[in-house]
Amino acid sequence: MTSDKPVTLPDDMAENTARLAPSYGEQVLAIADVEIRKLLRDPTEVFSRSVQPMLWLLVFGQVFSKLRDIPTGGLSYLAYMAPGILAQSVLFSAIFFGISVIWEKDMGIVHKLLVSPAPRSALVLGKAFSSGARGLVQAVIVYLIAFLLHIELNLSIPHVLGVLLAVILGSAIFSTFSLIIACLVKSRERFMGIGQVLTMPLFFASNAIYPIALMPDWLKLVAWVNPLTYLVDAMRTLMIQGAQSVEGLAVDFSVMTLIFVAFVAIATKLYPDLVR
Amino acid sequence: MNSPTAIEIFDLTRCFGELTALDHISLRVGSGQIFGLLGPNGSGKSTTIKILTTLLKPSAGTARVADFDIMEHPAQVRARIGYVPQALSADGALTGRENLLLSARLYGVPKDQRNERIQTILQFMQLADAAEKLAKYYSGGMIRRLELAQAMLHRPAVLFLDEPTIGLDPVARFLVWEHLKDLRSTFKMTVLITTHDMEEADVLCDELAFLHQGKIVGQGKPAELKQSLGPAADLNDVFTHFSGSSFVEGGKFSDVRQTRYTAGRHG
Repeated sequence: MTSDKPVTLPDDMAENTARLAPSYGEQVLAIADVEIRKLLRDPTEVFSRSVQPMLWLLVFGQVFSKLRDIPTGGLSYLAYMAPGILAQSVLFSAIFFGISVIWEKDMGIVHKLLVSPAPRSALVLGKAFSSGARGLVQAVIVYLIAFLLHIELNLSIPHVLGVLLAVILGSAIFSTFSLIIACLVKSRERFMGIGQVLTMPLFFASNAIYPIALMPDWLKLVAWVNPLTYLVDAMRTLMIQGAQSVEGLAVDFSVMTLIFVAFVAIATKLYPDLVR
Repeated sequence: MNSPTAIEIFDLTRCFGELTALDHISLRVGSGQIFGLLGPNGSGKSTTIKILTTLLKPSAGTARVADFDIMEHPAQVRARIGYVPQALSADGALTGRENLLLSARLYGVPKDQRNERIQTILQFMQLADAAEKLAKYYSGGMIRRLELAQAMLHRPAVLFLDEPTIGLDPVARFLVWEHLKDLRSTFKMTVLITTHDMEEADVLCDELAFLHQGKIVGQGKPAELKQSLGPAADLNDVFTHFSGSSFVEGGKFSDVRQTRYTAGRHG
């Protein structure tokens, strides 16, 4: 028994395997496609998630728009917070993405994906983009509410496409972050606890419903490393008429892209640990 | 050693902390065989399969699967094997055909061959009529057949099955066996299964190896193993002989839970 002994396989088998040439893009799309099919088949979850942004805009927003003390850079408070609420709903729906991954691990689905020849990063990217598709549904809902509330939306096509791009990127960032947590904690119970602990600080330590300028210095620091801040800034600039970017759109999208690439790299490394 | 080798294991060891799950095992599986890895819960069967399918890295030793070293060329190994995990892993929220399409795309079955291959395997597995139904409405036996179909689409050289008929009723179990034998003779592949079902080992396997506490304690053809214990011995006697006791202790809680969970999903 030596390892260098030539091993022959039946000809048709060996030839067949050599002929198969999976493309990376095809594999990413295959994973995303499956998730989107499931979403379309049972959209209840997406619609139930639209209740929260509705409450924030209709209840919280209506009351807070009476306060004149929040410096919104000349925007009405409702217009100021609408993109923040869209970012929030992107965050809240993506951050629990890891639960479904843990469920897939318990079902053996992750095992099967990891034994396929698809590179781990293709699996992670496919998952991230499927979460982006969920985010798009949230965007449609928030645009609709904002439109009904007569918020001064910028509806030019490049601006709307820019917002949708930000939504996809934001969903991808937070769902991949969620995947990383799932790989670390591995059980649904622990995940739920951590998910709850993370969402509120991420939301409040951002510019979603008030400007960073109002924050004490230590909180400003948190806000500046919080990806949600850049997501909100980009969305606000593109979505609302007359809104000024604080960070600059180029900075917003560059920072988000960098964070996404880093998260994908980490998740790719950790994903195989799920089944150990 | 008259047939070519499909799997060759060299001194494989895996430790989890203090526990030695696999203790220097070496093994050779000839091409075209159905090879059974037997042993009580916690004996190291699943660990062996996880290592051979590249899900887990060994602490020491290595193995060659379908001509490639699992440590040096894991991606090449993955492209040449099929795998059906113990849990019923077909996605219930997708139809049978969609489950197959996912596998076809991940394994790179060319676009112009996909539909034809999927249709062929659906018919082979007697699932063509249920192809458009969501897999969550399938019976346990149908899900297993769908998973076999998924694992076969890319025509692997080696197929790994972890407890393939656990929790199935006798008829469904028999059907899975028939399909496995058919698959082997049609596609001429090698099959490695783990089981603690002695009837399954007897009916299906050309050769067996017994694992106990992470070591291989016996190996041979089913008939030889039985004969070695006397004329009236069956495989249960062989199992008892090798595992030391008919009331086998061991197995992690999670193994038992996983087994029950799988059995539960079979309804």
